[in-house]
Amino acid sequence: MAAPDAPAAARPHVPPPGPKVRAPRRKGSSAALLLIAPSIVFMTLLFGWPMVSGVLQAFGGPEGLTTANFTRMSQDPYFWSSVGNTLLLIVVMIPIQFVLALAMALLIRAKPRGASAYFYIWAIPLAVSDLAAGLVWLTVFTDRGYLNSLLASLGMQPVSWLAYDNYPSMFGAVLIAEVWRATSLVFVIVVAGLQSIPKDYEEAAGVFGASFWNRLWHVTLPLLRPSLQTALILRTILAFQTFAVALALTGQNFPLVVGETYRWYTGLQDPNVASALALVVMAVSMVTAVGYLKLLRDQTEAAR
Amino acid sequence: MSHATTSRTDAGTTRPEPGVDRRPLARRRRNRVLLQVACILITLFMALPIYLIALAAMSSRQSLQKFPLSFIPDNFSTETMQTFLQSTGILGGLINSVQVGVFTLVLSLLIGVPAGYAVARFAFRGREPYQLFLLFTRALPIVVLSVPLAQLFLQTGLYDSVLAVVLLHSALALPTTILITASVFLGVPRDVEEAARIFGCSPVQAFLKVVLPMAIPGIAAASIFTFVMSWNEVLGASILTLNQRTLPAQVLSSLAESPLAYRFAGGFLLVVPALVFIFFMRRYLTNMWGSTIR
Amino acid sequence: MADISIKGLHKTYPGSTELATNNVSLEVAEGEFMVLLGPSGCGKTTLLRMVAGLDFPDKGSISIGGRDVTYLPPQDRNLSMVFQSYAVFPHRNVRTNIAFGLMMKKVSREELERKVKWAADLLQLSPYLDRYPANLSGGQRQRVAVARAIVMDADVLLMDEPLSNLDALLRLDFRAELKKIVQQLGSTTLYVTHDQVEAMSLSDRVAVMKKGQIAQLGHPITVYEEPADRFVGGFIGSPPMNFLDGRITQQGALEVGGQSIAAPEFLARAAARTGGTPVMVGIRAENISLEQRGSEGSLDAAVEVVEPLGHATLLTVDLGGQTVKVQVPATAKVSAGETVGLRFEQSALRFFDTETQLGLTA
Repeated sequence: MAAPDAPAAARPHVPPPGPKVRAPRRKGSSAALLLIAPSIVFMTLLFGWPMVSGVLQAFGGPEGLTTANFTRMSQDPYFWSSVGNTLLLIVVMIPIQFVLALAMALLIRAKPRGASAYFYIWAIPLAVSDLAAGLVWLTVFTDRGYLNSLLASLGMQPVSWLAYDNYPSMFGAVLIAEVWRATSLVFVIVVAGLQSIPKDYEEAAGVFGASFWNRLWHVTLPLLRPSLQTALILRTILAFQTFAVALALTGQNFPLVVGETYRWYTGLQDPNVASALALVVMAVSMVTAVGYLKLLRDQTEAAR
Repeated sequence: MSHATTSRTDAGTTRPEPGVDRRPLARRRRNRVLLQVACILITLFMALPIYLIALAAMSSRQSLQKFPLSFIPDNFSTETMQTFLQSTGILGGLINSVQVGVFTLVLSLLIGVPAGYAVARFAFRGREPYQLFLLFTRALPIVVLSVPLAQLFLQTGLYDSVLAVVLLHSALALPTTILITASVFLGVPRDVEEAARIFGCSPVQAFLKVVLPMAIPGIAAASIFTFVMSWNEVLGASILTLNQRTLPAQVLSSLAESPLAYRFAGGFLLVVPALVFIFFMRRYLTNMWGSTIR
Repeated sequence: MADISIKGLHKTYPGSTELATNNVSLEVAEGEFMVLLGPSGCGKTTLLRMVAGLDFPDKGSISIGGRDVTYLPPQDRNLSMVFQSYAVFPHRNVRTNIAFGLMMKKVSREELERKVKWAADLLQLSPYLDRYPANLSGGQRQRVAVARAIVMDADVLLMDEPLSNLDALLRLDFRAELKKIVQQLGSTTLYVTHDQVEAMSLSDRVAVMKKGQIAQLGHPITVYEEPADRFVGGFIGSPPMNFLDGRITQQGALEVGGQSIAAPEFLARAAARTGGTPVMVGIRAENISLEQRGSEGSLDAAVEVVEPLGHATLLTVDLGGQTVKVQVPATAKVSAGETVGLRFEQSALRFFDTETQLGLTA
């Protein structure tokens, strides 16, 4: 079921057909190595090399190895607020996205009239970047934008949603934009997961007396677990990389960690501190990724 | 009504015919209405912002100054879009974006399709670690690669070129391309390939004449996916370029100094391809995410 | 336990113009084992799903134990069911699979455990209670599905082709076991299958379905021996009943394949009045025997294929241009190309109208 296992399930029980006559396994193996070699070389050059030099950069200074870059990074007034903002955003956003995506997927599965049109519209944000999402919602939340236009036409006072001294509404705007943009990914994964569950299970549960909520809780959600886990980890990793949406909506008023890297590199022209920040993001992502792989492993074991 | 005793009381005796109870039917009909209402509400949330940015981008600069803004397109004008397209770096950024996207797509397919085929068809030693390696690289944040790559490219003279961004984007897209194409090839029955071999094809011929044609739709979907990723990627492109900006990098770098109209137009131009991509990909979306991520 | 009363059910699936069930009415008595038998697409599964509440009819009514359930969702019907795919929950072990329905009913802990133990013992699942379905064989999963269904004390037990996914040998074993269990329980059972042997061996009554309608309803032996129409005769039995074009002459003889034998009284009388009528003759392979050629009442036929089956030998013969299957004892010495004499057992001859294909009886 898990990605490392999916192809394994179809692993040939016999050696590949062609080279069967002469030295069966080795030839298949070397053909395979020939086919994957370019990708390994390419990835080593573009992942391995920069990673090493990135670490050196982060600890590099005029007089050899140093932790000064990390000190500068953590002493920057924006750093801790960007860490706080990033974590807060993730903690609040992910549960909202999952509940919403699950609801959307269940709605689609109930086959409403026009389901395919709904699916299309709900999946559009999947291909929208976080910069574009920020700009899209800027039309809504900016001072003379559509939300305030609506309030004004209803006779209410406009609100400065994105003002730096109005943290809750600023956070809310970024949150809504990100929920809008990134729920689609979870939605599509959950729809795919639901499609892979035979409807017999839910029908059986119904026949044996389970109500809608019981079916959801005792049958659908447990069977969806692999999809939900995948989506959860993927979304968490991607959420750490969010930055342009906040930049587009609030400028520097709502700093996020990756946005800080961008600022250190392009604005403050200090690649060493930028690298240090990048390392922090990587460490957090790695922890999540390891959790990702470990969970995949556990699933594979459980399935056997 | 989960016990049988109610019906047992009068079992055996002649019973009055029960009428058909239509209340559950009414309940179901009500639920269908609620279902539609929920779908429409979510659709509003998803589509309204896109409508609004289209509206803003298609309004004249003057009508964008008005307050409150009009919610209906009564002042259609291409002025905002035109001004935006004529701004410095936008047209060049657009061309760069398309170039980067296309080259990324080609490069990642050239490297990724053979690897995907190998993963799908051969049981070579080291296949599991290789797949774990791919999954791991997918989890690496772009920012981790971009900053050191910028330094390396500066040293090698690649900095600020389309190729620099293409290399970065290909590296980012490659794991996904390999995993998607692997699942596409898994979907092509081995029998078909074996039949081709029996009837006289060499392994390469069998691949080109039988397997590849069957895999084309899935690979096409993977390509669109790669292009979308490249089109949307902004951080790496901003860090690796100065003058050869892609469109999103150009918009991002001029964000702070630009007027609202410029930002709306830029946002709209960035969103339009999403509408098209998802339209063509909608049938493949669940397949791709269902089979590759897990 | 309760009876099932189905009245005038119409059902068309969305996107289809054909009626999945067309005005079906059926009464299943309390404690009766009713089999719905028919080829795929005949509407038997649709009918079962409507009884289960998984589909809803366009018209008509269903009541269980005198309570109208036509449009009730399945969870409010007090049913239990064995699915064709078993639908054993992969994320629950055998114990919690069997207990699922009881948990939904909020049965007390002790009773739940007692019932699970009872069902597990009955179906020889006790050693596997803590296993997950992934670690069970197909036959064991099937047993879990049945155990889960029988602990329910439901009004009605529904089974949708429960044996079709088992291999031939297991199917034979489990069929007998299933019959024993259901007899013990005495529950009202509605059982869907396309396998006529299953239908014959399990049912109290069988409803043979065709194109959304019940073609014949009756005791399995009656249905076997006296098919109501050509379809039923052709569907039940292996090999299926032979159908031959024949003619009743005015003189009261039955002409088949250019030869003639005596016709039964009631047809002869009718034919005498009308001056001879065409008729379709049905006869099962086991009711035809080999006979000395030329003897009284025998028909000549050329043997085309000889298939020894072990317990008997199946012949395919040509009778005046019509193909007939004949079952003869394994000891019979016949070879292809030979011409043999056939004797049709008079009492086993069935007659059908050539137009309506309905059975003709006195």
